[in-house]
Amino acid sequence: MVKKHVEVGTTAVAMAMRQINPDVVAAYPITPQTAIVQTFSQYVADGKVDTEFITVESEHSAMSSCVGAAAAGARVMTATSSAGLALMWEILSVASGLRVPITMVNVNRALSAPINIHCDHSDSMGARDSGWVQIYSENSQEVYDNVIQAIKISENEEVRLPVMVMMDGFIISHGIEEFETLEDGDVKNFIGENRPKFSLLNIKEPVTHGPLQLFDYYFETKRQQVDAIYKSRLVIREVGKEYEKLSGRSQPIIEKYFADDAELIIIVLSSTAGTAKSVVNELRKEGLKVGLIKPRIFRPFPYYELKEALKNTKAIAVLDRSNSFGAQGGPLYIEIRSALYELTKKPLIKNYIYGLGGRDISLENIRSVYSDLEDITKISRVEKPVSYLGVRK
Amino acid sequence: MKIVKKGWKEIPIGGVILEAGNASDYNTGDWRSQRPIWNEEKCIHCLQCFVYCPDASIDVKDEKITGINYFYCKGCGICAEICPEEAIELIPETKVSETEIKVSEMS
Repeated sequence: MVKKHVEVGTTAVAMAMRQINPDVVAAYPITPQTAIVQTFSQYVADGKVDTEFITVESEHSAMSSCVGAAAAGARVMTATSSAGLALMWEILSVASGLRVPITMVNVNRALSAPINIHCDHSDSMGARDSGWVQIYSENSQEVYDNVIQAIKISENEEVRLPVMVMMDGFIISHGIEEFETLEDGDVKNFIGENRPKFSLLNIKEPVTHGPLQLFDYYFETKRQQVDAIYKSRLVIREVGKEYEKLSGRSQPIIEKYFADDAELIIIVLSSTAGTAKSVVNELRKEGLKVGLIKPRIFRPFPYYELKEALKNTKAIAVLDRSNSFGAQGGPLYIEIRSALYELTKKPLIKNYIYGLGGRDISLENIRSVYSDLEDITKISRVEKPVSYLGVRK
Repeated sequence: MKIVKKGWKEIPIGGVILEAGNASDYNTGDWRSQRPIWNEEKCIHCLQCFVYCPDASIDVKDEKITGINYFYCKGCGICAEICPEEAIELIPETKVSETEIKVSEMS
């Protein structure tokens, strides 16, 4: 039976964690993530889960504990934000390099300086090459769904990689929304038993994790890792189909909203997709052929899906909620532009950096983007490839 | 032992080591850029090189040096430095002939 809740987004994550009942959670508080582990620690104190909750002195220690516990064969979860993710930086690639499954929720928050607690994607985008699977969520329902699927993706025999699930700081983490949860038993059956591949606690088959590999084997190990994250594409799709059967909610790699016949398309991650959808609704009523694409998965990057979805589009605006300083645009734009390179008929494409440090993105902002796209199609060229949406002149 | 390095599809994931004590299989000799050449005629078998070698690369039998183990020797040159008779000479690996390279792959 479906249960409906009206709660903040962090509670949706904590509820998913309670149903997952991980063996170990090692976490450190940081705004706006704190409410996740705070709510979860109450479940631990109340005996609602069997989790060993490790309170640590920093995020570096949190991720290190997660790696150790996962290598020991435990099902492990954690959560962080911004500077916390930055402090985990070293251990992120240890986790993916050692091929230990870990599920982490990152509540997107800007990086300092200037110090700022609000949403942008510079934290997780900075970690995009750390070898983690990255899933972005639009709302509380999606973050709940993604966290449960992340366990199954991460522990898959072909994948064995850590998974990072993103939600927008404050906008979703502290916004009250309605969402549905599955039955506890259904979640338990869906994620199944954790079957660690090489457990440190299995004394019958002793193994060494994390030995030195220099120029003789490091490259081969990294090549394997490339293969694993590549194969995770299929696993993410299969897990999504299975989850859809259970929940009734589809789990596309990229969500297409009025995109099939659209001439002008906005591509954006996370909560801004919700804002953009209501603009699409308005403009469709006016008869404009506009659409939206929201990639749910950023790593592995869904270039096949995007190339296929965009081949008949006239003009595309990619909205990035982070900078890549000195690059040719934001991270999402760079990858999408690259994905379109092989098309013989290339759509026009423009990048907007928006919403840094939690700057609001309004319906009017989104409308102006579609209006820019119309102008671009009229002159058939993009004069300014990268613009800054919502910044004062 | 001929060293055959495994391909990326053949090794366990994440660099995991599945057997105990396999450090002896590690061909640290391929770190070497300088090669010690032992001159048997000059050697007085004082075994100083054996004592000072930070690895286990000086082969000894019945208290006599029998050669240098290039499978492990990293070419640090301590043996050449410590030898009182200049019986060990370091030469760059680039100057080692093809036949000698083959020898270095044996242990």
